[in-house]
Amino acid sequence: MTATLSDGTTVVHGPKRPGTPALEARHLTKHFPVHQFGPGRTRQVVHAVEDISLALPEATVTAVVGESGSGKSTLARLLTQLITPTSGELLLDGVPVGRSAKARREYTRLVHLVLQDPFSSLNAVHSVRYHLERPLKLHKRASRDDLDTKARQLLERVSLSPSERFIDQYPHELSGGQRQRVAIARGLAVEPRVLLADEPVSMLDVSIRLGVLNLLDELRERERLAILYVTHDIASARYLADTALVMYAGQVVESGPATQITDAPAHPYTQLLLSAAPDPARTDPPVLRGRGAPPSLVNPPSGCRFHPRCPFAMAVCKEAAPPPLPVATDQVAACWLHSPEHAPKTNPPAAGNAAKDF
Amino acid sequence: MSAPTAVPAPRAETADIVLEVRDLCIDYGVGSSAVRAVTDANLTLRRGEVLGLAGESGSGKSTLAYGLTRLLRAPGVISGGEVLFHNRPQNSAFGAAPGEVVPAATEIVDLLGADMAKLREIRWSQLAVVFQSAMHALNPVARIDAQLTDVLKAHRAQMTAEQRRERAVELLRMVGISADRLRSYPHELSGGMRQRVMIAMALALEPQVVIMDEPTTALDVVTQREILEELMQLRERLGFAIIFITHDLSLLIELADSIAIMYAGRIVERAGADELFHAPRHPYSLGLLNSFPALHGEKVRMEGIPGSPPSLTALPGGCAFHPRCPYAMDRCRTDIPQLVPPAADPGRAAGQPRVAACWLQDGFQEPPAPLRRSAVGNNGDSNGARGADETHGSEL
Repeated sequence: MTATLSDGTTVVHGPKRPGTPALEARHLTKHFPVHQFGPGRTRQVVHAVEDISLALPEATVTAVVGESGSGKSTLARLLTQLITPTSGELLLDGVPVGRSAKARREYTRLVHLVLQDPFSSLNAVHSVRYHLERPLKLHKRASRDDLDTKARQLLERVSLSPSERFIDQYPHELSGGQRQRVAIARGLAVEPRVLLADEPVSMLDVSIRLGVLNLLDELRERERLAILYVTHDIASARYLADTALVMYAGQVVESGPATQITDAPAHPYTQLLLSAAPDPARTDPPVLRGRGAPPSLVNPPSGCRFHPRCPFAMAVCKEAAPPPLPVATDQVAACWLHSPEHAPKTNPPAAGNAAKDF
Repeated sequence: MSAPTAVPAPRAETADIVLEVRDLCIDYGVGSSAVRAVTDANLTLRRGEVLGLAGESGSGKSTLAYGLTRLLRAPGVISGGEVLFHNRPQNSAFGAAPGEVVPAATEIVDLLGADMAKLREIRWSQLAVVFQSAMHALNPVARIDAQLTDVLKAHRAQMTAEQRRERAVELLRMVGISADRLRSYPHELSGGMRQRVMIAMALALEPQVVIMDEPTTALDVVTQREILEELMQLRERLGFAIIFITHDLSLLIELADSIAIMYAGRIVERAGADELFHAPRHPYSLGLLNSFPALHGEKVRMEGIPGSPPSLTALPGGCAFHPRCPYAMDRCRTDIPQLVPPAADPGRAAGQPRVAACWLQDGFQEPPAPLRRSAVGNNGDSNGARGADETHGSEL
């Protein structure tokens, strides 16, 4: 898939808002080299993320949904600059990100990553106070006298109040949800513009997940943060996000407003994902269309990467990768079924029709 | 999927029961430092039934499962109760010598009192377990065929090596893996295939009960759905009963016939899956149901459950849920509610009465609206029920 339409315009995924987005990624690609030893080795790469353009405007939540190995975490790590992209560029508030150490430090301040597992992302031998004061010191956000006040304010901002109760505790004294809140507070310490949350609730107990999701929702409004929410749970993406991106085998196969994606999925993979998701309101067992597993990303399938599993695969799907095609307002799907010249004459799984199957 | 498929067809009230748990208590540690992880658990499992055990981490659901199989490791101690296994060896070709007819007589075995020889006879052959992490439950340095034939070698001494191999191929085919994977090591298989191998191993001796501890939690949704579909087909064919342990209540409602909800070591509600979804009677069940965002309908703000699960070392007095309960009354702080049928409950499944441990349901006061919805009339009209769910979503 190329993110460029035939008329030369690039499809940028993410919420559509006027003005310059807080963080923008253009044609981001990451290929990881595969290490092979011995004679006759070939230079192979894992095509982890393929040509993704993404804009994260402030005060929005963008969800990235996909199975493990779809490249969603790689995308989040590319956006943090923890790994260097093979090609593509990042723009922070419309300005290309520099490569100098100073620019890098500024970038890490403005773009913060919240990790999946709050049990290992916090240091077990340090108190909550240490975790919160350290970024303040490193980024010189507070004078020595202000440290305590600032740290307490941070705890209040993530609804850990009264702050006296938590500030001198150690991670093992906190519950999973409280730990994740501390991890988020640590991120807020440096007043970031962008929060990248990589599966922030999947390690937490069911009953406290919504609390953390609601906190992210509040932060979007109150702190005007641009939030990227990486998840495998499409129902929580629908709950929290403005816009959802569905990734498969390193590519964005569909993107659009989150409720639109779940109510009227246009790409066969999104439809598969939704039919497999647990849904207590379902009366009959779902029908899975497109069984099997994601392909190897060392030698991804030609054309559309989903075609070996796709129940609607046509001849063209093997030959050419589909561009993102508009299917509804702000919704694009990279699928030939939605292209006027390739769409089958009978029974196209159009957005409206497909929704009835779920 | 939610309609119970009774295998074999129900005859009498008790003839169907395969496993009974009565007042089971399990402690970690002994003496004054003991922590009670499971308190007075009562469960009845019928033949061919899928019983879901749902709760958060630390609620005691895995401890309960390991306790009733006597697989609990020290410092876990079973401190009370009984587990009765109604052993009726299956009258199938596999396992019995050719021509021999196994009588379908039911023998009641007290698993907690059984000696090691008896346990060995029951375990795996009649009562198998699928552990959560297939990654760690499979031996990384042994090939799949060795691990599959090992159990046959141990429990079916009369089988020849050739027969064992054939059975291993058959088992793999049963869970949708081709025979050329027999010589693979676990690391050569995907997560889904490893979990399938675990299921094949559990079913190798055609048990009557399979206990599954979060069997699909680490898997992707599509793989999870495929495996669960296969599992349900196998259950229909082989007729085993399943105790399915998971924290994912929304999955359980689709899958299970009846569900027991655990909180802080106690079963707080037991009901049919449909009943529980449409008409929960315990505030914790209601809160759990409201913790799963819906895939349909209007987006509404949901609150989940405030606070976090209590530590078993410092349980609140009275009902353990009262500090997080929006409907807590004075009585909840002092008295522990018993698991009894809710007063004047219109929706009651035939055979197994639903029970809840909540003072709101004792008949002395009108329960709050979300806790007295009727399950009757909602069945089959899932969209309407979901709509009702949405409206009370903001209340809790």
